[in-house]
Amino acid sequence: MTDTMTAAGRRTNLRLWRGARKAGFPTLVLLLGPALVLFTVFVVIPVAQAAVYSLYRWNGLGPLSTFRGLQNFAALARDTIFQKALWHNILIVIVSLVIEIPLALGVALIIGRSNFKLAVFFRTFFFMPYVLSEVITGILWQFIYHPQYGLIHSIAALLSPTSPAPVLLGNPRITLWAIMVVIIWKYFGFHMTILIAGLQDIPVELQEAARIDGASSGQVFRHVTLPLLRTTLQISMFFSIIGSFQVFDVVWAMGKGDPVNAAETMVTYLYKFGIQRFQIGYGSSVALTIFVICLAFSILYRKLVMREER
Amino acid sequence: MRRFACLVGLLVLLPGLALFAAPVKFSFWHIGTSPADRAYWQGLADQYQKMNPNVTIDVTVLENEAFKSKVTTLMQSGNPPDVFHSWGGGVMAEYAKAGLLRDITREVKSWGKLMAPGVLGVYASNGKQYGVPFDMGAVVFWYNKDILAKAGYRTFPTTWSDLLKLVGKLKGTGIVPIALGGGDKWPSHFYWTYLAVRLGGKAAFDGVLSGKGSFNDASFVKAGQMLLDLSKLGPFQEGFLAATYNDQAALMGNGKAAIELMGQWAPAVEASNAADKKGIGATLAMAPFPSVAGGAGAPSDVLGGGNGYAVGKSAPDAAVDFLKFITNRENNAALAATGEIIPTAIGADAALKDPQMKLVKGVVDKAGYYQLYLDQFFAPAVGGAINDGVQQILAGALTPAQAAASIQTTFEANK
Repeated sequence: MTDTMTAAGRRTNLRLWRGARKAGFPTLVLLLGPALVLFTVFVVIPVAQAAVYSLYRWNGLGPLSTFRGLQNFAALARDTIFQKALWHNILIVIVSLVIEIPLALGVALIIGRSNFKLAVFFRTFFFMPYVLSEVITGILWQFIYHPQYGLIHSIAALLSPTSPAPVLLGNPRITLWAIMVVIIWKYFGFHMTILIAGLQDIPVELQEAARIDGASSGQVFRHVTLPLLRTTLQISMFFSIIGSFQVFDVVWAMGKGDPVNAAETMVTYLYKFGIQRFQIGYGSSVALTIFVICLAFSILYRKLVMREER
Repeated sequence: MRRFACLVGLLVLLPGLALFAAPVKFSFWHIGTSPADRAYWQGLADQYQKMNPNVTIDVTVLENEAFKSKVTTLMQSGNPPDVFHSWGGGVMAEYAKAGLLRDITREVKSWGKLMAPGVLGVYASNGKQYGVPFDMGAVVFWYNKDILAKAGYRTFPTTWSDLLKLVGKLKGTGIVPIALGGGDKWPSHFYWTYLAVRLGGKAAFDGVLSGKGSFNDASFVKAGQMLLDLSKLGPFQEGFLAATYNDQAALMGNGKAAIELMGQWAPAVEASNAADKKGIGATLAMAPFPSVAGGAGAPSDVLGGGNGYAVGKSAPDAAVDFLKFITNRENNAALAATGEIIPTAIGADAALKDPQMKLVKGVVDKAGYYQLYLDQFFAPAVGGAINDGVQQILAGALTPAQAAASIQTTFEANK
């Protein structure tokens, strides 16, 4: 681009830029100011406060009492339940990347075709779980999974009346997977919508050209569609991974991460061991750890995955 | 001169009049979510407001677990409600230590002999009164008489080994022997605590508090082992580890379970959770916790607790007066007549109509040693550890000894 610009053009650019710099500062403050203030007050300051609290042992009532240095973090690293919670978060990330996004992509490919008749209906239908509040979702699925009065129990009783009721949320070995089903059910519609938008950005002519050249559907997908979907997929995966690290509402509404921490995530751990047990200092160290993990991931992701090509 | 005197008189009176009619507002938080409870407490609030037109009461009703979460948040933000539900004990003491409660010792003393000192003591800390209970009962076994009769039991077992035999007889009859809300965890901790009370008595708990003993003592570890032995018989409903207390009450109220170990509110909650909203009525009977062979505790020892209200630090005098109103003999008796509580006001127990509730009161009165539920007796962190520990024993994730050790660790870290 720059080599096609004339010398005069470049001088105009520079002049405009300098002019914007001179006359624009008050405009800048006016436009960025409110957002910056809100961000500072609701994000930066609380993070800084949490960093301070994490160095203390404090029950949240009254002034900060006992300074403990980095002991909270040491205790956190040693705690087997937190290690379990971290592992569960990683499992949720893996399941999201391996099951949820391919599922969303598959459905998007079918629905996103411009000649698909009931596209609008299905798009709304699959997006609806995303619109439900997390707590309602939790209560709904607790009912579905209920071993005495639930939908799954009724269906199982119809199919095989003699076997005992399937215990899903009450079984420590199964509960995390039962909750993951709900997470996939709830969020895949969101990723599907993003991917449909991404698909619609791909010029149909490219795919037609590939077919004319003799490519099969699979080859069209691999060599034309997928590369052009790259940015959209990267965004989808980014949201998915960050969301998986921070998942709380659905897990909490479906049993608070119990029994015996079988479905514990880092944030449910924070709530239980930090807030419910009146150990704010310890809870702050958990919060800071989650923050650092998410921040590190974001930075690395942008640097390594979302780099500009060419 | 006269006109001047009149003017001065008026000026002196006016502020007095203003004080008399000064509008006062305070908040009242309770956990009576059933329609009958809502109506009862709202009725009291309305009555008080009618008697004192300058008072406005802001009533908030929350379900038990939601209330605990909400109050925790409010406490940590330093803004307690004015009159709010409390179970007394160590949790209330934490709030008092942080200066979040109003000291009402003087006011309560001025009310005269309202209730037994032991009962009031649950809502005191370091000699200062911070709240008043309206209900102080006991955790007992509630059972379905018909189901037990079909299994050949006219009365409830009086020994623990007999109870295990009963469970064996009930298994396989299509009825759940024992309904348990293991997901909420606190219903399970009743078993562990009662077994420890039977095995070690007051001495065991005094030992833990003084530091001379600990949760690693034999009474607590054996209690866990006995609970584990019970659960190995398969007495609880399918999926009990995720069941809520309401699930437990529903099983009893619908006649699908034979036994539950629960506090004095059990009949009322069973009814409100039953499909027909009536529960099993007169088929429900109560029995004290059985004795344990070789236990150092007395069979009359009781695990229990009640319900009451604490007063927040910025509560106005009208709020304290309202507290006196709702716990006076008349109103306490009215609530006792509904069969939901064991009244605390002296003389209010005459209003107890339900024979089962009269029996519960008898159990409370006979208790030489009365232990408050552990998840309220201790600080929140220790209560949480006890609840978690018991769930881990039931799920087979920790041995009774390991669970006891983890409780002791949390107890020591929070001393």
